[in-house]
Amino acid sequence: MEFKTLLFYIFSAVTIFAALRVITARNPVHAVLFLVLAFFNVSGLWLLLQAEFLALALVMVYVGAVMVLFLFVVMMLDINIERVRQGFWNNLPLGALVGLLMVGEMAVVLSGRYFGLASLPPRNLPADYSNTKELARVLYTDYAYPFEIASVILLVAIIVAVMLTLRRRKDTRGMRPVDQIAVKARDRMRLVKMAPEVESPVVVAKEGEQA
Amino acid sequence: MISLSHYLILAAILFAIGMVGIFLNRKNLIVLLMAIELMLLAVNINFVAFSHYLNDLSGQLFVFFILVVAAAESGIGLAILVVLFRNLSSIDVEDLDSLKG
Repeated sequence: MEFKTLLFYIFSAVTIFAALRVITARNPVHAVLFLVLAFFNVSGLWLLLQAEFLALALVMVYVGAVMVLFLFVVMMLDINIERVRQGFWNNLPLGALVGLLMVGEMAVVLSGRYFGLASLPPRNLPADYSNTKELARVLYTDYAYPFEIASVILLVAIIVAVMLTLRRRKDTRGMRPVDQIAVKARDRMRLVKMAPEVESPVVVAKEGEQA
Repeated sequence: MISLSHYLILAAILFAIGMVGIFLNRKNLIVLLMAIELMLLAVNINFVAFSHYLNDLSGQLFVFFILVVAAAESGIGLAILVVLFRNLSSIDVEDLDSLKG
């Protein structure tokens, strides 16, 4: 139990440090990498909460796909850092005030004095409990319809991302399949009626063959 | 022993950091997107913590769906960002004034 407490504080401290660096890092690439660090530590926290499937999904899907996408975009864009950093700290007093107020209020409300949050016992699960299997059981029965909608949302996101960034060049010489399919025989070949040039072919008897 | 309120306060701190990030990075659209990711992460911590302490798996399923929607959102957001940068050569929010709002 003591070791778990220690782990919780380590993971939380690194998460908060990384989150602070995300919003203050000068270089956007560093910001993305600190965000990856924050996700890794939150994944550790979720392991402490016995949500193994989500912890692994966070690392694989979020760090492996979404953060790499961020990294691609950050490295692709040529950002003028000096201009972006101009007046960076101007909004800090207001932001810090609102943020500290929020954290203070939440801490007062959630600190366990009012809702009995501190007395809720943590789950004690047997060693052979499979979080993935239980999640799948709920996901494919009670939440089957939202699951299908989630897949449609992902499909829409794919199509939107492709269509937004698709750029047709004017000078390409590619074939256009629409035109190829729509073509008719008479567009390509013209049959003309005309009088024959020779009335009937003249048969020349070949003497040599007869002999 | 770590109680539910520990996790909730941690999530509140993360959420506030994300919000302060939106205040600070008013010019940098890409860090704004990252701050939104931080706030979503805070919400997800809340869901997982409640799911653990209330012994109800629905919380973890909500995290699952939030991850799906957040992935779609960041994908589309980054696509819009790329198109924007192609047209304006800048990701400063101040330059997005073509609608004269």
